[in-house]
Parts: sequence; structure tokens; C-alpha cells
Amino acid sequence: MNGGELLILLALTLPLFAAAMIYAVGRMPDVRETLTLVACIGLAIVAISIFVRVGQGDPPALTVAEPLPGLAIAFRVEPLGALFAVMASVLWGVNSLFSIGYMRGRREARQTRFYICFALAMFGVMGIAFAANLFTLFLFYEALTFVTYPLVTHAGTPAARRAGRVYLVTLVGASVLLFLPGIIGVQSMAGSTTFTPGGLLNGRVDAAAGSVLLLLLVFGAAKAALMPLHGWLPSAMVAPAPVSALLHAVAVVKAGVFAVLKVSAYIFGPDLISTLPAATWILWMAAGSIVIASLVALTKDDLKTRLAWSTVSQLAYVTSAAMLPMASGLVAGGLHMVFHAVAKITLFMCAGAIYVATGANRVSEIGGLGRRMPWVFVAFLAASFAIVGLPPMAAMWSKFLLITASFGSGEWFTAAALIASSLLSLVFLMPVAFRALFSPAGDGAGGEFVRPGGTPVTSLVALCVTAAACVVLFVAVEPLADYLAPIAAVSFMETAP
Amino acid sequence: MQLEALYVAQPALTAQAPILAIAVPLIGACAAALAPSGRAGWMISVVAAMVSAWMALAVAGEVMREGVILYQLGGFAPPAGIALRVDAMGALIALLIGAVGTLAAVFSGHSLAAEVRPEKHTLFQAGFLLAQAGMVGLVYTGDAFNAFVFLEVSSIGTYALVAAGERRDRRALPAAFNYLIMGTIGATFYVIGVGFLYGATGTLNMADMAARLGTLDQNAAVQAGFAFIVAGLGVKAAMFPLHGWLPGAYAHGPSLISLFLAATATKAAIYLMARFLFEVFPDGAAFGDMFLQWVLAPLGAAAVIVCSLQAVFARELRRMIAFSSVAQVGFIFLGFSLANASGLSAALFYMTAHGLMKAAMFMALGGLAISIGARRLEDFAGVAREAPWTAVAFGIGAASLVGTPLTMGFLAKWQIMEAALAGGRIWIFAVMAAGSVLTLVYVGRIIEVMFFREPAPGAPRAKESPVGVLVPLLILAGLSLWFGIDASLPQQLAQAGAASLFEVRP
Repeated sequence: MNGGELLILLALTLPLFAAAMIYAVGRMPDVRETLTLVACIGLAIVAISIFVRVGQGDPPALTVAEPLPGLAIAFRVEPLGALFAVMASVLWGVNSLFSIGYMRGRREARQTRFYICFALAMFGVMGIAFAANLFTLFLFYEALTFVTYPLVTHAGTPAARRAGRVYLVTLVGASVLLFLPGIIGVQSMAGSTTFTPGGLLNGRVDAAAGSVLLLLLVFGAAKAALMPLHGWLPSAMVAPAPVSALLHAVAVVKAGVFAVLKVSAYIFGPDLISTLPAATWILWMAAGSIVIASLVALTKDDLKTRLAWSTVSQLAYVTSAAMLPMASGLVAGGLHMVFHAVAKITLFMCAGAIYVATGANRVSEIGGLGRRMPWVFVAFLAASFAIVGLPPMAAMWSKFLLITASFGSGEWFTAAALIASSLLSLVFLMPVAFRALFSPAGDGAGGEFVRPGGTPVTSLVALCVTAAACVVLFVAVEPLADYLAPIAAVSFMETAP
Repeated sequence: MQLEALYVAQPALTAQAPILAIAVPLIGACAAALAPSGRAGWMISVVAAMVSAWMALAVAGEVMREGVILYQLGGFAPPAGIALRVDAMGALIALLIGAVGTLAAVFSGHSLAAEVRPEKHTLFQAGFLLAQAGMVGLVYTGDAFNAFVFLEVSSIGTYALVAAGERRDRRALPAAFNYLIMGTIGATFYVIGVGFLYGATGTLNMADMAARLGTLDQNAAVQAGFAFIVAGLGVKAAMFPLHGWLPGAYAHGPSLISLFLAATATKAAIYLMARFLFEVFPDGAAFGDMFLQWVLAPLGAAAVIVCSLQAVFARELRRMIAFSSVAQVGFIFLGFSLANASGLSAALFYMTAHGLMKAAMFMALGGLAISIGARRLEDFAGVAREAPWTAVAFGIGAASLVGTPLTMGFLAKWQIMEAALAGGRIWIFAVMAAGSVLTLVYVGRIIEVMFFREPAPGAPRAKESPVGVLVPLLILAGLSLWFGIDASLPQQLAQAGAASLFEVRP
């Protein structure tokens, strides 16, 4: 077994091992949480090593089993997956730090199960990130649904159970009815489902069959929350804030758009995408999704729900990027996947920090709170800047690239939707921070914290780290874009005369 | 695992394996009927079933090496003598019957005590071995009339076995009677059909029949014979809408018999139907194609949708799974209706997968029935807490039924769907997808009750199954998982069997 195989195996088994250990020491919270943090650091190191190897042109690969000929459980890392794995594992660490403060501060029940499910979710994410074919991706994609279900229903209330049912029915239903048939279709057309640079189906399907497969695969990845399959995401906000932060801003939803990006880049390929009518239809749906979700976000008073609708809108950015008839859209999409994750996890952690300290979860309740919780709201403001796409925040670049690519490929409709949503997010996010920081008096100005001492320190550190990351990535965007360039460049070279 | 390289018996023994796989349980049945105690009967049953399974494995290895095995009883050549003729398809189904039969026999040691009157135990074991001998014989025989004989031998055993459930559930008696009437009608139809074919061809040997039917596809007697045979076997195979006997027989009989019937009885009849559809009747005969296209495919689709819905709304757990069995037969027929090697191979694989998963599910329910006499779904609330191993084994079977990746059921569905797509039958593909979602709905209901609901206060508490149940149960569940990761064993038999019927050797 060479180093690359070992690294992939480590990335997959480390979260599983961590889950088992957490179960074993569940009765000792301090040990349990230390273990979680150690596992996070370990996984981040492994993911970064894989990331570096891919950058050096030595992508790790591993085949585990082949149940039927042509149907293998295999892993092969490419730039997009390496980036996704690094993003998820690092943010898992930050989020665990936040969870410790949040879960203790709220005195939540079933904390051991909570940490176990998080570790298992990371197992699913690593499998998705490194999958060498659609079949393997599907395996881990489904696993991710099932291990995150207990997290959505964590509260155990009727509302939580209802949300859990919506979550399962939407995600599993879309998988079985759309995604899996799409995969079988690909297998039947191409004889395999291996992710191939330049597109597995390129040159093997006509426009009609390609369109049907594209629709099946894009809508089947319901974790990407493209309208009309977005309903599970806002309802899943009954989960505790760390769950919303990591899963519904980073791991689960990003697994959905990641799948869409992979399908676009490696199953269809930019050349084929640009000839499919269905890609244009999906672009329209995504544009609608972007604008409508932003409008709905305006009307929501519950802070986390508002953020969730904003996520629906932002995920459609990435889906648009994957469907643009221009290969550079893929790079923009990959970057936006990361930058949005960093910004949105910050916002959710801020929402959680406010809730744990004051019990407030509505926008209307936070007037004047900023004076007592300046760090939280400064971080919130910074992340809001990122969502809107203002400098000096990293997400500005991805949005900029995306708008350029849509104009460049003549999809002005998408470009218009992107600009409109930026303005709308200005309207639904900025007032939150402004109200808290600059409103002289409000519900939150006086009174005591629900939790003595306000936001727990670990939580505060976590959200400041990600807020700072939004700024740091602003200057580090060029190496990242270069890193991702190969996923789009292959097709340039192949189509060059 | 490569079956070609599998030698489980001496060559001399392997040469006699086909007949031993039938004769040993048959002799065992007589011995069990005379056994002095239920315990002794049980031991005879286990040993005989195990020998039969062992022989079936030896035959499977030999078939993979040699192609078709011809065995002439007493050395007399057909048409005068009785011939056994085993190909890869038959080897696969016989292996399934042997394996499930052995595990079921082990399981019966505990389950009979709870479900059948003590004085009937020896007779019960005799009936069970009779059923097994009949089914293996049906699969191995190369003679259309002997197939009828074996079909009746096994049926006589199973009618009595269903009725033996009356100690726990009085409804077993009408269910058995219903099964007896329907089954006899089916068998009679079959034998009438064989009579027509005999009249037209002058032979009962299936291979000879196939050779002589080649030019007779416009003959009215042949067409009538075809109609009688598929209708008769349709009853036995629980082809929708001829499945009326099945839910009652599965739901009210002793749990041993539900598991054995679900895994094997319909499979043997389906197997025989495949023999006639793809081997005996002339290739490309208009009536055969018409039947596949316009009868078998729509009925299969109707079974998938209607019976899955019936399972969704059923209130008794065993009834739910029984309806699910009819729906699964629909999936298998959809595979048949593609009328090509990949469709048939996928359907054979599906039969094996379904046999293993249903056996595991019914066995788990049988294990639970030892401690709680529950019938309704709600009575199973929270059993996962009291009997975790049994519940997990049930869950694995259920996961395979839904088609969860990494189980055998997933690969089975995958293959049929891929074959449907390759054959350009989008509607079959769509029905399969819809059927999978319906399966997910009712299985999800069961899993939710068993694993996530609190037991009702005052309800009888379930107990973990005894070791004698757990071991065969976990082996069955393990097979569903193992073949989901490495499917080479059933896959090579299914593929070789389908290829030999369509005569495109890989």
C-alpha cells in the first residue's frame, strides 16, 4: 500500500474511529470533547496532505471493492474534492470548538450522540470528496443523509421530528427517484460511472438523452436545495445552531453542490454541457431560485430561517456556475462553494452565540445587543459583507468571477439574478448587524444574559476565526483559483484546434 | 470466489450429487416421520437439509466447469429413462433452496416449540423435508412430467405445513385450504398444458420437446399448452393477480414455513416458468413474445405498484411482508419480460437476493414470535431495544429489500434497471423506480416502529432470540451483505444460466 492509498484510508477511518472512541468515553465530557478536537486536527492534517499531493500532480487513489464488474467502490482525488475535504475538515474543527461552548452553555441532552453523528457525517463527507465514480459518491451521499438525521431531530420535539421526516423524505426520495436512475442511466450509456476529465459522456449521448440525465442528476442531488426541492433546508433549522452551522452551511448542502459540480465537470464535461438545452433550463431555475429565495429571506424574522433562505439562494449560485456553458464557471463555482461556506458558518455561529447568551432568536429581538456582544456582531457584519459580495471579503472574488462568466457566455439572465440577489442580501442581512450595533435602545440593550457570562469563550474564538478567514482568503484567492484551474482547463486543451 | 475452482466433494460423489440432493431429504422425510421424538426429527431434518445443500454446492461447481450436467437415473437414457438435467440457472436456485432449507431447519429447533403442537413435530419435519426434496427435484429435472410430480410432492408438504400453524393462529386453517385449492388448480393447469405438448410432440423430455417444437409454433395445441402452463405456473409463482393464496399462507402459517416458502417455493415455480419461456418454447415464437410483452410485463408492473401499496396499508407485519413478496415477484417478471440474457440474468440474481432477504426478515419475526405473539405492526414498537441482534438482522434484510447500496438487493435492482434501460424499456425503468420508493415507504414504517418508537406500556416485552435462532439468522443477514460487496458467486451462476438459455456463451 503506497502513501496515497494510506492517506485516503486514514481520511475515511479516522472519523469512524473517532466516533467509536467518543462512544466509549461518552460518560466523560472533557475526554470526549478533547477526543473530538484531536480527531478534527488529525483529519485536517490528513486532508491537507492529500490536498498538497494533488497539487504536486500525484493524486492518491484507492479501490476498495468491486461488487460487479464495472461497478467499483473506488476513490481518486482531484482538485475540487481535495479542496472540499480540506474545507470540511478544517471547519469541522472550528465548529467543534463552537459546539463545546454552545452545547454546554445550553445544557443540551444527548451530547455524546451529537458528537458521534458529527464524526460519522465527516466520514460521509470524506467519501463524497474522494469518490472516483458516481456510484461511490452516491454511497457516501446516502450515508451522510442517514447519519445527519438524528442531528436534525436532536431536540426530540414534534416539530423536530416533523422536520426530520421532511428531511429524509425529500433527500432520500430525490435520490431514489432521480439521482439513482440518473446514475444507472450513465452506467448504461457509458459502461461505467468513473469521473473522467473532459466528461465521461462527452461524445456518447445525444442532446435528448443527455438532457434527461442532466436533469435527473442535478435535481436528484437534492442536498443542493435547488428549487423546488429546497423545502427541507429551512425546516431543518429546528436543529441546534452547530448543526445548522456545519451541516446546513458546510457539509450537507455543500455535498449537494459538490455533486453537481462533479457531475458537470467530470460526467458531462463543459463541452457537452454547453450543447445541452437542459443546462439552460436549469440555469433559469437556478436564477429563479436565487431571486425568490432572497425575497423570502426578507420576510423571515427568525434569524436562522432567514440565513437558511439565504443559503438556498447562494447554493443556486454554485449550481448556476456548474451549468454555465463556459468552463471557467466551474472554477468560480468551486471557489464560491468554499467562500460561502466560511461566511455562512460564521453567520450561523453568531446566531448560535446570540441564542445561547440571550435566548433571542428573532431579528426583532436583537436591537442594541451589539453593545454587549461587540465581537459577535462585528463578526456577523464581516460575514454579511462576504455574503453580499463586498470587499475585502473572499466571496467577492467568486461572485465577481461568476458574474463575469455569465456575461461572457451570454447568460445575462443569470448575471442579472446574481446582481439582484446581492442587492437583496444587502437588505436582509445588513440591518441585522446595524440594528444590534447602532440602534441606541432595543429589547436587547438592557437586562441580564440568560447564560451568566454571555457567549462561551470557545464559541467566540470559533466565530472570530472564521470571520477572519473571510478576509484572509481575500488575498489568497489567486493560488486557490490556480489550484482549481485543471478541472476546467482540460477541456480547453482538448478543444483547441 | 470462483466456483470453477470449488471442489467440495470427491469426484465419485460429485457424479451422484444431483440425485443425492433430492434423495437424501426424501429419505430423511420418511425417517423423520418415524422418529421417536421431535428432537430426533429435528436432527434428521438438519442433517438431511445440510447434505442436500452440500450436494447442491458440489453440483454448482461442476456446472460451472462442465456446462450442463446430464444425469440418467439407473443409467436408462431418455425418453424411456428419467433424466436430471442441471444447468447454471438450476444450480443457482437449488443452491438457494439448499442454503435456506438448512438454515431454516436449524431455526426450526426453537420455533416449532412455540408454534406447533408437540405431537406434530416429527410429522412437521417430514413435511418440511418433503417440500425441500420436491423443490430441488423440480429444479433439477429435465422432464416436464416429473416436474409436475416434484411440484406436487413439494406442495403436499407445504399445504400441511401451513395448516400446522393453527396452534398459534386459527386462520392458518382456512389459509391452508385456500392454498391447497389454488395450488391444485395451478398444478392441474400445468399438467393439462404438458398433456397438450405431449400430444403435439410425443415427448416429455424438455430438451427433446424444445427440439421438436421448433416448427410447431402455429400449432393450436402447442399454443393452448403454453397458455395452460404459464397460467398454472403463474398461480404457483404468485403472479399477480393469481397470488390470492400467498398473503394468507405466509401470514398465518408457522414462521418457519413463511420463511421457507417466501425464499424458495415461488422461486421454484418461477424457475420452471423461465425454463418453459426461454428454453422449451421456440425462440421468437410470436405467442411467447406476445406473452412476455403484453401479459407478463404489465402484470409484473401491476404487481409492483398494487401490492406495494397493499403492503403500505397492511396492518399486520407478516401480511405486509407477504404482500411485499408478491411485489418482488413482479420485479422478477419485469426482468423476464425484457427477453434477453441480461434481463434474465438480472432476474435470476434478483430471485436469489430476494430469497435471502425475505428469509432473514421472516426468520427474525419468527425469533421475536417466540417471546411475543405479536401480529400488528404497533406491537413491535421498540423491539430493537429488547432484541437488538434480531432487530439488526431484520433491518439488514429490510435494507436489502429497499435496495440500499452495499446490500445484495441494491445490485439486484441495479442490474434489472440497467438491463431495462439498455433494452430501451424506459417505462419498466420508471415502474422499478416508483416501486422502490413505495418499498421505502412501507419498510420505513416498519423500521421506524421497531427502532425508534417506545414500547407501549404494559405490552409484552420482546426477548432476544436464542442462539439457535440467532446463528442462522445472522448467517442469512450476513449473506445479504456479503453478496452486496462481492457478488461473484450468484452473479456467475446467474450470468452463465442466462447465457446458456440464450446461447451466447461469454
